[in-house]
Amino acid sequence: MSIFSTKKSWINLTIWVLIIALIIAAPSVLPVFRLNLLGRYLSLAIVALGVDLIWGFTGMLSLGQGIFFALGGYCAAMFLQLNSAGEFPNGIPEFFGLYGVEKLPFFWEPFKSSIFTLISIWLLPAIVACILGYLVFRNRIKGVYFSILTQAALLVFFNFFNGQQKLINGTNGLKTDVTQLFGQMVGSEIMQRWFFWVSAVLVILAWFFARWIVRDRFGNILIGIRDDEARVRFTGYNPVIFKTIIFSIAGGLAGISGALYTVQSGIVSPQFMTVPFSIEMVIWVAVGGRGTLLGAILGAVFINYAKSLVSEALPASWMFIQGGLFILVVTALPEGVLGWIRKDGLRKLLFLIGLNKKLETFPSLEVNEQGEVKS
Amino acid sequence: MQLILESLFNGVAIGSVLLVAALGLAIVFGLMGVINLAHGELMMLGAYSTYITQLIFKQVSFLKPFYDSYVIVAIGVAFLVSGTVGILLERTVIRRLYGSPLETLLATWGVSLILQQFVRSVPLAYGSGMVIALFFGLFSPLFISDDILHGAKGKLIRASTWGFSALLGVATGGVLSSLVSKLSRASARNVDVTAPSWMRGGVDFVGVTFPKTRLLIILITLISVLVVIFFLDKTAWGLRIRAVTQNRPMSDCLGISTETVDIITFGIGSGLAGVAGVAVSLLGSVGPNVGGNYIVGCFMVVVLGGVGNLLGTILASFSIGIMTDLIGAGRLLTIWPEMPSPLFSTIDFFATTSMARVMIFALIVIFLQFRPTGMFPQKGRMVES
Repeated sequence: MSIFSTKKSWINLTIWVLIIALIIAAPSVLPVFRLNLLGRYLSLAIVALGVDLIWGFTGMLSLGQGIFFALGGYCAAMFLQLNSAGEFPNGIPEFFGLYGVEKLPFFWEPFKSSIFTLISIWLLPAIVACILGYLVFRNRIKGVYFSILTQAALLVFFNFFNGQQKLINGTNGLKTDVTQLFGQMVGSEIMQRWFFWVSAVLVILAWFFARWIVRDRFGNILIGIRDDEARVRFTGYNPVIFKTIIFSIAGGLAGISGALYTVQSGIVSPQFMTVPFSIEMVIWVAVGGRGTLLGAILGAVFINYAKSLVSEALPASWMFIQGGLFILVVTALPEGVLGWIRKDGLRKLLFLIGLNKKLETFPSLEVNEQGEVKS
Repeated sequence: MQLILESLFNGVAIGSVLLVAALGLAIVFGLMGVINLAHGELMMLGAYSTYITQLIFKQVSFLKPFYDSYVIVAIGVAFLVSGTVGILLERTVIRRLYGSPLETLLATWGVSLILQQFVRSVPLAYGSGMVIALFFGLFSPLFISDDILHGAKGKLIRASTWGFSALLGVATGGVLSSLVSKLSRASARNVDVTAPSWMRGGVDFVGVTFPKTRLLIILITLISVLVVIFFLDKTAWGLRIRAVTQNRPMSDCLGISTETVDIITFGIGSGLAGVAGVAVSLLGSVGPNVGGNYIVGCFMVVVLGGVGNLLGTILASFSIGIMTDLIGAGRLLTIWPEMPSPLFSTIDFFATTSMARVMIFALIVIFLQFRPTGMFPQKGRMVES
């Protein structure tokens, strides 16, 4: 059977062709400001993929993905700060001087190495997620309790990062756009174009990775955990291990996403760990279609783009729209837009407004004039 | 001794705000398994109701002599306002989502965003007009006999009650905005509730001064808890609520209208959020985001206390309150100065309000390692508890 034989594959193929065409066309069409925004949203799509893995496939609603997102961002920012710190007194980043810190805090040291940074961007959030997840899952804390605990953890990290001026510049965050990388300013146009390409490629790689995870037996167990965890346990699998693994993977993806987002927005600050931002990640997935990896990407990019367009035009109305979107998606479109399309939603809609014929649900029999069935 | 007393008092004061805020959340969560992320915004509505009541008492001439008692009136107003909005929320959104708590969580977050922006961009006078319209629209059918409502012209009568309520709401909005000029324009700025004169100052007791506002908050909490306990334990509807909490399908089979129970519970839970809002408004300035500061604390109380258990909720909120004060205000260091130095420096590191939260969360996670379902877990034989 060819992979293009099913309807789902055709929808997927169309969307992929569109996405790749858009990505290739964007740098020459869009002005730098918009391109930069698009690059940021593409990097947010990576964290959305992680949310989809743990929520859409495994049924765990984490409201704390901002922790891992910000950790990845801080890793990248610390490296960039150190990379261009040579011109400052003591060879340490400038902001330390404001708080009278003379010596680099110990945990900054390894970030002088680029290889360590590249690894830590995804490994550090993954390890934090692993520890946090293991402690929670081991006790069979799930459902709403899990959501609340992740939210509380988010708040804890926020408070910690917000309060530690002497270690990581507290509420001001770490700036990256005036730092140097490969002899270029990170905030310069040429670097931003490069970051756009890196984001685009990484989104596609992350999609392949996520698909590789969910399409095999491992993915089946995840879906099993989502639908009935007790049965999975009774069948002899240990859900704790699977949940911890997938939560760590989502954490790692969030870290990569955070690092890319940081270099493109020019700053990482505890604002990445506020409660609303982490819940927004969930709504991108919900709108795009939970349980559909492509939906997560589309949701992240389109909702953020809509957000920036609407907030530029009517600043006050975005909150109303966003709130309405939450309610609408949950009550009317639980499968998300992509799930809806895949389930023949378009045809049903056309039928509702009388533009389409009702489906014949059985093959019509050939009947002769007397009403007898031809043999 | 004085220090310990002062610390205990502060802890109890912090804990009682948490308690009255978490009480409604805990009841609703115990009954429906629903986490209401808009609970903080219902508190915010309660706080704004206090502000509006205060302004009305200040501006309207025949109410002026009773200005000092506006806080008492505000408690009732806040209860009704938040309760009404809560019931609307239950009727329109939450009842569609029973059995899927995570979806409810997201939907209520959407509601909370809308409520926040609503307070920012709608003038408070018209906002309260809308609440009044809702209130009468939702409740007036209760006072019309069923025969008329289900009779030939039932639909017409229902529609006309809504029309009447809408008119009433518009009239209230108009009157309020002309009477109290501060309410006629939308504003995103924080507002302040000033305590009446009898609430200023403090009470001296064995050399320690207890601020009267905090005493009043403790009193409000105490009364709310007692009323809730009385309601749940002694009244017929309380009995039904407890039955549904224990076993929903069974209660349904035995003829309890679970739908009505849900409405009542949600109304009371939201109303308690409003009462908490009054307490919050007495502590600091009131803004659209005021609920967010308390909501995660409330969740922690619910998680720590265990589901559907008032005693757990009470103990959890007071222990969190006392811990916050002991660690966050650095009082533990003054009470026990000769503690071993590694411990001293650790606690010193956590001795700010935000760092105290970090420590308390860590302690809660450690606690949950030993008692995963909170202090007083619900007993049952279900696999999925």
